[in-house]
Amino acid sequence: MRGSRFFTASNEPGAPSPSLPLRALNFSIALLAVSLIFCFSFWNLEYHLRWDSIYPYRRMFVQGWLTTIWISAAALVASTLAGFFSALAQRSRFLPLRYLSKIYVEIVRGTPLLAQILIFYYVVAPAFHVGDRYRYLVGILTLAFFSGAYISEIIRAGIESVGRSQLESAKAIGLTRTQTYRYVIIPQAVRQTLPPLAGQFVSLVKDSSLLSIIGISEFTLNAEMVNARTYSTLESYVPLAVGYLILTLPISMWTRRLERRHKFET
Amino acid sequence: MKLALNHIVKRFDGHLVLDGVSLSLEKVHTLALVGPSGGGKSTLLRIIGGLEYPDSGGLEINNEPVTFREEALLRHRRSIGTVFQSFNLFPHLTALQNITLPLEKVHGRPPAEAEAIARQLLERFRLPGHAGKRPAELSGGQRQRVAIARAISSKPRLLLLDEPTSALDPEMAAEVLDAIQELREEGLDFILVTHEMGFARQVADQVAFLAEGRIVEAGAAGHVFDTPAAELTRAFLAKVLKY
Repeated sequence: MRGSRFFTASNEPGAPSPSLPLRALNFSIALLAVSLIFCFSFWNLEYHLRWDSIYPYRRMFVQGWLTTIWISAAALVASTLAGFFSALAQRSRFLPLRYLSKIYVEIVRGTPLLAQILIFYYVVAPAFHVGDRYRYLVGILTLAFFSGAYISEIIRAGIESVGRSQLESAKAIGLTRTQTYRYVIIPQAVRQTLPPLAGQFVSLVKDSSLLSIIGISEFTLNAEMVNARTYSTLESYVPLAVGYLILTLPISMWTRRLERRHKFET
Repeated sequence: MKLALNHIVKRFDGHLVLDGVSLSLEKVHTLALVGPSGGGKSTLLRIIGGLEYPDSGGLEINNEPVTFREEALLRHRRSIGTVFQSFNLFPHLTALQNITLPLEKVHGRPPAEAEAIARQLLERFRLPGHAGKRPAELSGGQRQRVAIARAISSKPRLLLLDEPTSALDPEMAAEVLDAIQELREEGLDFILVTHEMGFARQVADQVAFLAEGRIVEAGAAGHVFDTPAAELTRAFLAKVLKY
């Protein structure tokens, strides 16, 4: 078909990526299609969005959005650490540690985050005399605990992707176990783990919205509050969606860049 | 080098791979382990290299017994160099870094010194332009020469080569064999597992013929190749030298 070269590119491995104008053109087409569907849906609703009703509450949105950012960032660091140590524990020679980690991963992955938040907040935290004053801390730790189990599996898979011959080679040149992890396993595992890890971070940002049920005034809770006061449901939740996208898109894009940088053939 | 193997036994999943290997060589400079596939050559080499534990038996190098415990083995492995069939370079590091990593982290050389040693070795193995390349950008023969450079960079007392040319086409194999030949001329002691009988004969002064988990015959290379005493050796040599 004539003109198809404007809309097609090779999908063979190693093929060069399409040129910038080609990408821009086709990206615009896709974006237009998505926009049309939404415009049509909203138009069909025969509902006039009243942005003025939520405008007075703009600060609540911004505040909630900022809270979501720092809570997610804190949980992201904590969950990466939790996942890393849990993955190492699963490969430990000390068996109780290995099974502790397996139990942790299975329980967390097999139960809803909602239930975990409630149990931690109403059962575990009071038992350890963590008062209501520290609800943010409890929230962050619960989120980290939850996400850490997934990250643990991602990291474990990454570590296991490093071949036997690599470990043998590390042994042969006289590296210790710790050095083998530091110089051979982790640098190679990072490449394997980056894409799923980014997906997990994106999930974590969105999952932080569930912390609204224990009264942490993050983005979602604040949007719900605006909705309750103004009865402007759409006007409250559309900014919510956009606000989360602003956080999650850069994470995806950043990971793509890292992925390219760590690219090497084995 | 003086080498003594004392009744080494090794099983994998109940399958007997080494069935009491014993060998005593007073002065060995280069030893070739030859024999049919599955005869236990690589396993024996890996036990000598401290990469595998024997089920029973042991070995001595220059009258020093090798202790099969992790700390002692770490020291043992650091004192010898090993080259594998499949190169086993680290894919995330450049050729240069593959050589400097053990020099710096295992042998405690300062980075500048490690780099100087590595560059010198790359030069010597005719790879000076490839220092900054990752293994994926090198040919098989180049990779294996980097692996040899890495193995000898710390001046090991013994070099172990496990079928270093089996994964290479003849031209690249020749490059690698040249490199090994040079090392021999410099007086480095090594033990070589190989299927290249011509090379074994040329480079090794001692040969041990391994089959069915035992050393069937061992002795001076010329002697074993020209007048094999055992029927198994004769049959094997007749087969591999036919073409």
